Amino acid sequence: MFPAPAVLALAGIMVFPSLFNIYMSLHEWFATGNTQPKYIGLRNFGDLLLRDAHFVDALWRTLYFTVFAVVVELILGLAIALLLNRELAGHRVIRTLFMLPMMATPTAMALIWVLMYNPNLGVLNYLLELVGVPPQEWLANLYLVIPALAAVDIWQYTPFVTLILLAGLATIPAEPLESARIDGATPWQVLWHIILPLLRPTLVVASLFRIIDTLKTFDTIYVMTAGGPGRASQTINLFAFQTAFEYFHVGYAAAISLALIVLVFAVSGVLIRFRRQAE
Amino acid sequence: MTDLAHGGWRWRRVAARIGLYTGVVLVICPFMFIFLWMVLSSLKTNVQQTAWPPLFVFRPTLSNYALVFARVPFVSYAVNSVVVSVSATLLGLLVGLPAAYSIARWKQSRLAIAILTARMVPWISFLLPWYLLFTQARLIDTYWALILTHLIITIPMTIWLMIAFFEDLPRELEDAAFIDGCSRLGMFVRVCLPLAAPGIVASAILCLIYSWNNFIFALILAGRKTMTLPVSVYSFMSFNEVNWGGVTAAATLIVLPVLILTFAIQRYLIKGLALGGVKG
Repeated sequence: MFPAPAVLALAGIMVFPSLFNIYMSLHEWFATGNTQPKYIGLRNFGDLLLRDAHFVDALWRTLYFTVFAVVVELILGLAIALLLNRELAGHRVIRTLFMLPMMATPTAMALIWVLMYNPNLGVLNYLLELVGVPPQEWLANLYLVIPALAAVDIWQYTPFVTLILLAGLATIPAEPLESARIDGATPWQVLWHIILPLLRPTLVVASLFRIIDTLKTFDTIYVMTAGGPGRASQTINLFAFQTAFEYFHVGYAAAISLALIVLVFAVSGVLIRFRRQAE
Repeated sequence: MTDLAHGGWRWRRVAARIGLYTGVVLVICPFMFIFLWMVLSSLKTNVQQTAWPPLFVFRPTLSNYALVFARVPFVSYAVNSVVVSVSATLLGLLVGLPAAYSIARWKQSRLAIAILTARMVPWISFLLPWYLLFTQARLIDTYWALILTHLIITIPMTIWLMIAFFEDLPRELEDAAFIDGCSRLGMFVRVCLPLAAPGIVASAILCLIYSWNNFIFALILAGRKTMTLPVSVYSFMSFNEVNWGGVTAAATLIVLPVLILTFAIQRYLIKGLALGGVKG
């Protein structure tokens, strides 16, 4: 009886629209004018996978963005976690400061990044100039736009990885580390042969959370580039959004959103299996 | 001689300590710099804003904040944001708390997995059908449309966070309440909820923050009357000439309550992250 209200509510606000979304994806459906939706079976999916070069590009872009951001977040997050994993005065303040980037309103912070990336008055080019890097047109450059957007994700979520790994590090027993040090193992050997294997389940969980969320990134990209320049930063999520709300081709957009769901579930499925093997 | 060696060892320890704290500060600085730049930029005049090299030291002005309140109906957008996030949070608690309790008490792991799965689905696939349905029902640009869609954020979040809190409650207390003739519901309301109060406050604040931050639902489902703050700050950008003073001042005003709330529940956030990570 206790979960009934939640089950009903979730059925109403999530399950029902999901089914409706599948129904939409089977139709030629425009949200404008008075054209009636027309049942076309799986043709939207056929177009998507076989005929739409924009979709395939968006798919690779999404994967590139995700891999770029998550790999850096894991390496950086691990390095910072190892640095912070000791008795530090004010460790609670440090951890709280670290949480601020992932809690702060993403759209608002994305605008600050747009200002910092501005080629004419942005502070980033100025700071890089000080260390000898020539000025760049970050968000207007076809090749830099994805790394520049990934940098925002890295700023937001490296601390998330760090905090999860700190919790994982806290569960590692002290004895094997001590005895390895006494046996004369270098810090690198300790890290590689003792800490990392013990940390593997936590690392997999952290990557799982990050990959799921990064594949779905919307706010930051939409605010900063709206998928541009051209389509250079149009990920699947933006492609679905723009197909629906700029071209009003909602049936096709529903098919794209389902493709994104399949992608997220497939990637998580692989990672969860990987985790089971690790245990 | 031994004294000297001892002294050297102590100095090396102090030096290592200083090196460590320098490292910590160096690591934190880049993460904090974005916030610093936001606040600094919000205090600059338009001339200072475009100066090259960018100014770090200047005579600050509050005129951007005055402009945000004068030119933009900022207060009414803030009211919209508060109405939507508070309603979605309260409804989320009302529905989510009993569900979390039941999952924790009777180990309904299937329900827990369903909720975790729901969190993997991108919001766009809920937005598309809701957009068509709300258009049909003429509910676009109403609080109803926003609150209903924000429940997609708050209900799963409440349930997910509260399971751990209810699992920690001592079972004996419930049994005692039972023997004293309490009904299941009375026991839940009078015994379990008060005991889980700190967790409830933390979950509520987290729901408030995520609902407050949400952009995509309001971007499509809100209009002139119900526009929320994250959408309003984005609309600053659509003008040809971006007023960076106004944008950064508005951004500061939107982010500030979130940062304060984060500090208020930091203890639970750290614990929650640890649980999520280790238990998975």
